[in-house]
Order: sequence, then C-alpha cells, then structure tokens
Amino acid sequence: MIPSLSLEIVVLLLGIAMLLVESFSKTEDKRGLARTAIAILSALVGFSFFAKGNGDADVAKIFYSADPTALFFKRLALVTTIVVLVMSLEYKAVLAKFLPSARPGAGIGEFYSLPVFTCAGLMFMASAVDFILIFVSLELVTISFYVLVAYLRRHPQSLEAGVKYLILGALSTGFFVYGITWIFGLTGETNLHAIGAVLASREVARAPLLFGIMLTLVGLGFKVAAAPFQIWVPDVYQGAPTPITAFLSVGSKASSFIVLIRVLEPFLGVAGVGEPVIKILAIIAGLTLLYGNLAALPQDNFKRLLAYSSIGHAGYLLVAVASVSATPEGFGSSRIAVGYYLAGYLLMTLLSFLVLIIVANHSRGDDLMHFNGLARRSPFLAFGMLTSMLSLAGVPFTAGFIGKFLVFATAVQAGKYVLVGIGIIAVAAGFYYYLRIVAAMYWQEPNDDRAITMNPLSKFVVGLLTAAIFFFGIFPQPLLNSLRGASAPIAQAAR
Amino acid sequence: MLNLIIFVPLLAAIAILLGAPARKCALGAAIAQFALSLLAFLAYDRTKGGFQFLSTYAIVPEWRLNYFVGADGLSLLMLLLTGIVTLAAIWLAPKVEKREGLFYACLLFISAGAAGAFASVDLFFLYAFHELALIPTFLLIGLWGSGERYTAAWKITIYLGLGSFILLIGLIDLYLAVPEASRTFNLIDLQQLAASGLIPAAAQSRPYIFLLIGFGILVSLFPFHSWAPPAYASAPVPAAMLHAGVLKKFGLYGLIRVALPLLPEGARQWAWLLLILLVGNIIYIGLVTIAQRKLDWLLGYSSVMHMGYIFLGIAALNLVGVSGAALLMFAHGLSIAALFAMAGMLREKNLTLALDGFGGLAKTMPWLAFAFGLAAFASIGLPGFANFASELTVFFGAFKPAAGLSTANFQLATVFALWGVVMSAVYMLRAYRAIFWGAPGKDAETWIDPAKSLRWPIVLLLAALVIAGFAPGAFYSYVRPSVEALLPK
Repeated sequence: MIPSLSLEIVVLLLGIAMLLVESFSKTEDKRGLARTAIAILSALVGFSFFAKGNGDADVAKIFYSADPTALFFKRLALVTTIVVLVMSLEYKAVLAKFLPSARPGAGIGEFYSLPVFTCAGLMFMASAVDFILIFVSLELVTISFYVLVAYLRRHPQSLEAGVKYLILGALSTGFFVYGITWIFGLTGETNLHAIGAVLASREVARAPLLFGIMLTLVGLGFKVAAAPFQIWVPDVYQGAPTPITAFLSVGSKASSFIVLIRVLEPFLGVAGVGEPVIKILAIIAGLTLLYGNLAALPQDNFKRLLAYSSIGHAGYLLVAVASVSATPEGFGSSRIAVGYYLAGYLLMTLLSFLVLIIVANHSRGDDLMHFNGLARRSPFLAFGMLTSMLSLAGVPFTAGFIGKFLVFATAVQAGKYVLVGIGIIAVAAGFYYYLRIVAAMYWQEPNDDRAITMNPLSKFVVGLLTAAIFFFGIFPQPLLNSLRGASAPIAQAAR
Repeated sequence: MLNLIIFVPLLAAIAILLGAPARKCALGAAIAQFALSLLAFLAYDRTKGGFQFLSTYAIVPEWRLNYFVGADGLSLLMLLLTGIVTLAAIWLAPKVEKREGLFYACLLFISAGAAGAFASVDLFFLYAFHELALIPTFLLIGLWGSGERYTAAWKITIYLGLGSFILLIGLIDLYLAVPEASRTFNLIDLQQLAASGLIPAAAQSRPYIFLLIGFGILVSLFPFHSWAPPAYASAPVPAAMLHAGVLKKFGLYGLIRVALPLLPEGARQWAWLLLILLVGNIIYIGLVTIAQRKLDWLLGYSSVMHMGYIFLGIAALNLVGVSGAALLMFAHGLSIAALFAMAGMLREKNLTLALDGFGGLAKTMPWLAFAFGLAAFASIGLPGFANFASELTVFFGAFKPAAGLSTANFQLATVFALWGVVMSAVYMLRAYRAIFWGAPGKDAETWIDPAKSLRWPIVLLLAALVIAGFAPGAFYSYVRPSVEALLPK
C-alpha cells in the first residue's frame, strides 16, 4: 500500500524533470520525453490500485481526501493525460509548422510537459475537500491551459482562443473566489465537511449563503461548460491545438464535475437552500442540454461540432447532478451515474479526437468533409470513429449508452420529467449530428485515395479505446465496482 | 441453442468484416440460423410449456441484470420468422458491386439483433439487441439504396432512434415502478411480481404510455408512421425484407411480452387511444395506400396499414385477439417479405416501379405472376393463407374484448378494420392488374422469369404461409399457452 498523495508528487516531479531535460538537452527530437512520460503515467495508473485511502482521518480537518471517488477520478485524469500525450506525438507536424523557433525542435518539449502539470492539478482537484485546495488545484489546471490553448504562436485562431479563454477564465475564477469568501464569511470554515457541520449546527442567513453558492456555481459552470457560461467553448475548442481541445473537454470537465458534486454536498441538506439550488441546477441542465445539442446540428467543422457536443454532454451530466434527491446507493445514484458517464465520455471523446488528429494530418483540415470516404481509406480508423460516434449518440452495447441509461434512471427516479422530455429532444438531435460523421465516412467517396499512416502507438491506443468502449458497454460491473464504496454520496446530505 | 441463433450471424458478420468471403459466409450463417430456429421450434416441449432453452450469464448482479435468453411458443414463432426471412433475404441479395463485405455484415447484424431481441428474457437485453439493427439499416439504405436514399435513411434512423429512446425511458420507469427491494430486469420474475400485484395500478399509466409511443414508433403506429414507406421504398431488397418482415415486429412483440403482462391496468386505461390510432392506421393509411402509383411505396404503406390489425388484436387484451395478433405478425412478416422480394425482381426491369410502366407480364413472366398473385392474396387475407386464419381470429377477439373494455368501441373499430380488408383488396388487385394483365408495357416481351435459383427463397416464404394457413391449429398450439400466461388473470 502506498499513500495516495505520492501519486501526485510523482506526477509533479515528472513534470519538473521534463522541463529540466527540455532546457538542457541538445537533441532536436523531443518525442522521447513524451514517451517516457506516457510510460511513467501508465505505471502510475497501475500503482493507483494500491493507493491507500485516508478514510480514518478526521474529515473536518483534512483538505485532501483519498476516497474511492477521488481515486477513480485520479485514474481518469491519468488516462486522459496519457492519451493526450499520444495525440501530441501525432500532432508534431502541426506544432513544427506554427511554432517560431531559432532552432528546430525548440519549444516542443513544453508542449509535452505542461499537460503533466495539468494532470497533477486534475488529480488534486479529484481529492480536494477544502475550498483552498480546490482553488489552488483549479488554478494549476487553468493556468497551464492558458499556455497550452495559445500554444500555436503563429496561428491567429489559437491566439484568439487563448485570449478568450484567459479573459473569461480569469473572470470566472474571480466569481468563484468571491463566492468562497461569502461562504467563508458566513461559516468561518473553508473545509467542506466543516461547513456542512456548521450549517447543521446553527442558523445561517439564507440569502447571503445562496448568493455565495450561486457565485461558486458560476465559476464551476464555466469550467464544465454549462449554459449560460458556455460562450467561450466553441471558439476556444476550435482554435486550440487539437490534443489540448481533447484535454479541455475531458480532463477539465471530469475533475470539475467531481468538484461541483463535492462543493454542493454540504448545502443540499440545508432547509431553504437545498431546494432552490437543485432547481437552479435543473434549469442550467435543461438549458445546457438544449443549447449544446441544437447548436451542434448545423456545424461543419468537426472540432466545433465536438465542442457543442461537449456542452451537450455537460447537460446530461448536470441532469444527473440535478437529480440528487434519488436513492443514495445502487441503481439510479447520481454520483455513480456521473462517474460512469464521465468514464464513458472520456473513452469516446479521446478516441474521436485521436482519430481526428490522424485524419487531419492527412487531409489538411478538420471539417466534416475531410472524413469523406474514410471507411475506404482506413477501415480501422473509420470503425474506431464509428464506435466513438455510436457511443456519443448512446447506442446500446457501448459505454456511452450505459452512462446515458444511468443518467436518465436518476432523472426518472427523481421525477424530473421535464428534464427527461428535454433529454428526448437532445438525444434525437444527437443522433443526427453524430451520424453525419458516420454518413460522411461510409456513404461518401474519398476525396483522395492515399492510405492513412499512423504511428504504431496511436494505432494501439485507437484499438484499445475502441475495445474499451464495447467492453464497458457490455460489462459495466468493473467500473461500477471501482466507483462503489464512494464516500458519503451527495444524496445522503440531502436527507 | 438460442445463443447459437443469435451469435452465429453475429460472429459471421464480424468474420466478414475481418475479411472472410462475404456471400458464402453470410449464406452459411443464414442457413445455420434457419436450421437452428426450426430445430428449436420442433424441439420445444409443448406439454411442458413455459420458457425453455434457458441460459444465463450475470452482468450486473446488484441490479438483477443478466444476459438471459429463453423461448416460449411466442418467441419461437418469431425466431422461426427471423430464420426464414433472413435466409430468403440473404439468398436473394443481388450482386453487390461496392463493399460486399459490409453489405452482408449489415444484414447479419440486423438478423442477429432481431433474434436476440426475440430470445431475450431480460428487459435490458431485449431493448439493447433491437438497437443492434439501427446503424446497419442506416448504412444499408444510405450506401446501397435507391431513389431518395439519403433522406430516407436519415428519417428512419432518427425516428427509430427517438422511438427507442422514449421506449428506454418507459422501461426505466417500469423498472422503477417495482418496490426497491424486488427490482429486476428478469422478465419471468417481473411477471410474477406483476401477478402478485407489486406494480400498483396507479403507477402503470405513465410507463405504459411511454412504452406505447416508443414501441408504436418502432412499428409505425399512426401518426408516427412516416418513416416507413420512404425507407422501404429506398432500401435495398434484402434490407426491406428484413426490416418490414422481421424487425418491425419487435415493437408488437414488445407490447405483448412487456406491456400486457406487466402493465395490464395501463393497457386498459389507454385502450381508447390505441383504438383511435389503429383505426388511423387501417383507414387513413389504407386510403393513402390506394392512392399510391408506385409498387414499392404501395407495399411500404400497406405494411404500415396492416400493423393496424395486429394492434387491434393486442388492444383487445383477450386470448383470442392477442394470439391472433401473434400469428398475424408471423404471417404478415412472411407475406410482406415475399412481396418486397418480388418487387425487387421487378425493379431490375423497371427502375421506378411506377405501376403504369408495367402491363401484361403474366404472359412473359408466368412464374412471377403466379407467385406474386399468391403473396398478394395472402396479404389481402384470402382463405388458405396464414393471414386469413389470423386476421379472422383478431376480428373475433376484438368483437368481444376483455372485461373492462368498451365493447361498443371495439366493435366499431372492428367494423372499420373489416372495411380495411376491402381496401387491401382494392389496392392489391389494382396493382396486380396493372403489372401482370392488360396491354404489355414498354419492352415487356424481353422480360423473363427470374432464374430457378432465385425462386427457392420465395417458395420457402410462400410455403410457410400456406402451411400456417392450412394448419393454423398447430401454430396456435404454440402461441396460445404463451399468450395465456402473459395475459392478466
């Protein structure tokens, strides 16, 4: 058994070591760095199964919790980072093109090391149960993203994306901190459990408390791309380097959701506060579902389409979060639905971005039409993309279906039939825009007949992700087990 | 045995995608599937009854979710239908020029999905297996279809995707309607729970309406039917045969298997709505069918229309009506598959299938004229075919529906349905006359009957129709006990 915190320390040390090697090594080809990082992070995924929880610690005194949920989300963060690094290797040509450099290869090393720092931030977020640690880890993630999004210095779109992300990100962080100060001012605590205890033990003024919660919701809404705080998403996703887009849409979202759940936990049980918060969450969920899915319909750029789809999926996840009054454990539990959904979402989104990068390398573009006839040029990649799209659309026997199944089970159980109704519209729209890619790949003739090459590692990862989507779509038990035993589920607080 | 019926086509499809010889492999799988389903049908012990050939594998024990297959008389009849139509469809598949492997793999996926749905005794897998057919249909119509194939493919896929999702909500609602301690996806257990009154009457109305609309969209219940005719008109022949013949029966099967036993109170409450909609199917779509001027569209609409009779049998909620509906599902599947198959043969000569482009074919294509005549008569419901035996039963059942339903309304609906038979006769006979009699159309002299090898699949379909038409009792002996077990006491 190893202490859970050592995982983060290793990741941070790895990041620092990579920066040092990048500064002092003379080699032009920096891919070795990324490969080393991939190997070490993969080993860490294995080690995470031997990580020791700190369940015996006094929950009101710690800022770092190592419960099963935290470990689960740490693994998600690690896997995401590994695949993002694999993508970055495929992305080398684009990087070289848009990076001004005195000598070849300069400036690429940071592109491999910054995601490792982001990963450490995401892992801290997964464990954070204190507003201070939540804020610090969130900033570690966000600041490394500011750099990564604007990484292609000669690409105006990337710069534009960077500026938008920076300004709106800073603004939302401001809201978040302001919210924390209100809550701290009312309760005198920053630890979430301690806040819960204070709220349970004495009367706290309702209006200012609600105001503080709303402000933190604005900050987190920005991170998870929930409407009406989603305006930045399409431009940033389209402009950012593709591996970073994938990282943003998976890693950042997954950890923000666990933070959202943890932050809401202490407030749901408070009379006069829990119900309005849930109501507002439900409204946000409905808006996000509708906006993401309907705006995705007319998109012709694949990255932009995935950006809107990512908003849409945030909507499904929020439906589960807004249904917290359901039974705490077993079928229909919000936390399990969110965890499972995010795991499936990770697999399918990363797979689609990886295929996109490989295809874009050969087609000089990432519009839908560049996928025309992919089934002929590379049946393997087309099948991978097909799997990913089916899973995103929620077709049975894929991980995405089980996720959707669980999300709507929580919604039905909580009696949120309006959200279910909106969900029906969203799902129908999803069928259309996801299948447009399938139609392009299978119905259309290829624009050019050159075979598509990729490095063996990418091929292996595409195969692995495809297999995982089917595996977890047919056998959900392993993932459920690893989510199981999660500490006090949010709904318990609601009682 | 049931596992083989599902997984032989599935594995064959995967093998084909990985590069096995497409047609040989597909045909082999179809023959195996047919033989196995026939064997299972004959090996079923009718004196013992109930579900047989059970096999199970736990998936999520805490939700009582298992991969669980088993078959009673009703499932076996549907599996037999799947086997026969799959074999005929794959045998008749025309030469495919582009991507033959994908074509056959898609057909096999549809067949495996249908077989899986009919053989599942677990709610989750019953649903999931049916969805296996969704994307193959999308690819089949878009890639190898004719006419307005893109529009048709989008329409059917989004419509059915939507229908399935509504159905999923209904199934979740149904699952959650049971008290928490005894929740299960196992249909046999669920049925016992329902029989002992664990699904309160008040909680049945909402899940039932979700199920009715969800299944209804899949079966092209009026007014959710508009996906069906364009899809069948554009789909390649084997896809149309499989979809109209087998897959569309899933929604009806689901109503009988899931909704009737588990939500009988819901079914009673919503009977009025179903009656109105099914009369819409029969009368409104019947009139629309008469107005059609192209054979493929005519057949597509007629298949929508005939769903009305089956719904009528199910709505009656009594043994006679529901078992008639079950046999009618079998009969309609065979007859519509045969008709689509022969329409495909005619399409090779006349691309648009416009009725006024034909004429006088009885002289040059006597075999096809005879076979088409038989299938058309069967479709109208003439004595000697399974359609007659089953439609008649449905009418008897509907004329005196189960207790608690309004006899007058049902009798009115039955009268409408009887007029529907007349409409069927009008459009089928008119089409038959336009194609096979009268003055020969352009180049009609050069048209000849299909090759001998292509006749066998049609003979197979028609033979099954005639056998079931002359000996309906043998088939009812499978269906009746199963239906009796499903109906609320």
